[in-house]
Amino acid sequence: MKKNDVPQHSGLLSGNREVNYAVDVDGRYILESSVGWEAKNIALRQAWEAIADELTVVLAEIKDGKKSALAYHMVKNQMDPALLSQYSGVARWRIKRHLKPAVFAGLRPADVVPYAELFGISVDELRFVPEELISPLAGLDQVEADNS
Amino acid sequence: MKINFPHRQFAHCESGVTANLLNYHGFPCSEAMAFGIGGGLFFAYVPFVKINFLPLTTYRIGPGSIFAKATRRLGIKVIKKKFGSPESAENELDRLLEAGRPVGAQTGVFWLPFFPPAYRFHFNGHNLVVIGKEGSDYLISDPIFEETVRCPAADLRKARFAKGALAPKGRIYYIEKMPVHFNLPKAIESGIRDVCRVMLKVPLPLLGVRGIRLLARQLAKWPDRFGEKQSLLHLGHVIRMQEEIGTGGAGFRFIYAAFLQEAAGVLENDRLIDLSRRCTAVGDLWRDFALLASRVCKGRAVGQDSFDHLAALLSSCAVHEEALFEDLRSALVR
Repeated sequence: MKKNDVPQHSGLLSGNREVNYAVDVDGRYILESSVGWEAKNIALRQAWEAIADELTVVLAEIKDGKKSALAYHMVKNQMDPALLSQYSGVARWRIKRHLKPAVFAGLRPADVVPYAELFGISVDELRFVPEELISPLAGLDQVEADNS
Repeated sequence: MKINFPHRQFAHCESGVTANLLNYHGFPCSEAMAFGIGGGLFFAYVPFVKINFLPLTTYRIGPGSIFAKATRRLGIKVIKKKFGSPESAENELDRLLEAGRPVGAQTGVFWLPFFPPAYRFHFNGHNLVVIGKEGSDYLISDPIFEETVRCPAADLRKARFAKGALAPKGRIYYIEKMPVHFNLPKAIESGIRDVCRVMLKVPLPLLGVRGIRLLARQLAKWPDRFGEKQSLLHLGHVIRMQEEIGTGGAGFRFIYAAFLQEAAGVLENDRLIDLSRRCTAVGDLWRDFALLASRVCKGRAVGQDSFDHLAALLSSCAVHEEALFEDLRSALVR
């Protein structure tokens, strides 16, 4: 990559700059600052869209009484029962039970404290899910708008 | 309390950490040099290990390896530690900082609040240097940022004990003692031989040039196997592993080309200058791949044709890398 070809497509770096390696006119390698590259922005955005899609599905399932609020917070934190189990220390089979609304509603506060601490929210917040999806992309769009 | 640590911004976390630590301890070192001596360049496609639920595709050697190999090859004495509990991990870190020692640490980026929100995924191979503590904040030299950053102790604790693939288990490392003399040419040659070996000689179809070919073959089958949506997610994941913060572009191929250029001077070997140019050219091919792949992801070029085209680009990367590393190996024999 030549120095002049280092892309400067601002996007998702929240105002940060990163270093790219490129060659100058004499063929020497230099470190050139970049605000981003379109190809990367597309790939990153795609990953967040996948999370947003998953959240939409989970919210619908919670509304239909098929899943507990824990499912929402789990997906929001990009986890599945296996990873959540490693983080919270709660056994995977118990987490799968806690994903059922009836079981989750009957849990004592002490049972859900590990989840609340992990996600950095209160026990009450853990039982709460938003009515509609607050897209993780909304924050990113803001970042993009601020940068452009 | 803050250690007077010269922070320099680089492209990649671990080679940047290694270069900055070496620099602090009196051995001026570029990131490319640390990366090259540490034998950082690699390729592996490991479909049964998942990162964010997608197959592991990596362009570099595993976390910790660059620092370990670079320091070993330079004859530097280092200490590495893992911990059973966050408390003991934090106590030891504080003790070292009190003693005035900058400490390298492996962390999970999901928990690091100073990261751009869009980059906070569960990736546990991120390295940084802790250079001080003020109140309940740690002061951190993270080489991928322009300036040093602050991080609340509670967040760093979570990041050091991130779970899942590549779990750091509180891992820290620091330089204990520098040697009196360095044999830089020998360290460089050993780093180059190492990369040639892992790219060409490891008898596993997942690794090195064979890994690139495997990815090419599998990628062509993704649309049939996974359907459109999942295959686009797989593709986007490969782009992120190749280009996201930290590779310096083209999955470390440009950093490596910069290293070969620097090595040519140290070893007084002009063949390396030409090989550096070829490495840049391979990097440009990888960039073409990422650009086309991103267009496919965005729906500008869907269908089996574009996946075949992408597979062909990858195969071409494999052909050029195979020749490059063969020639690199023979360039060292004088």
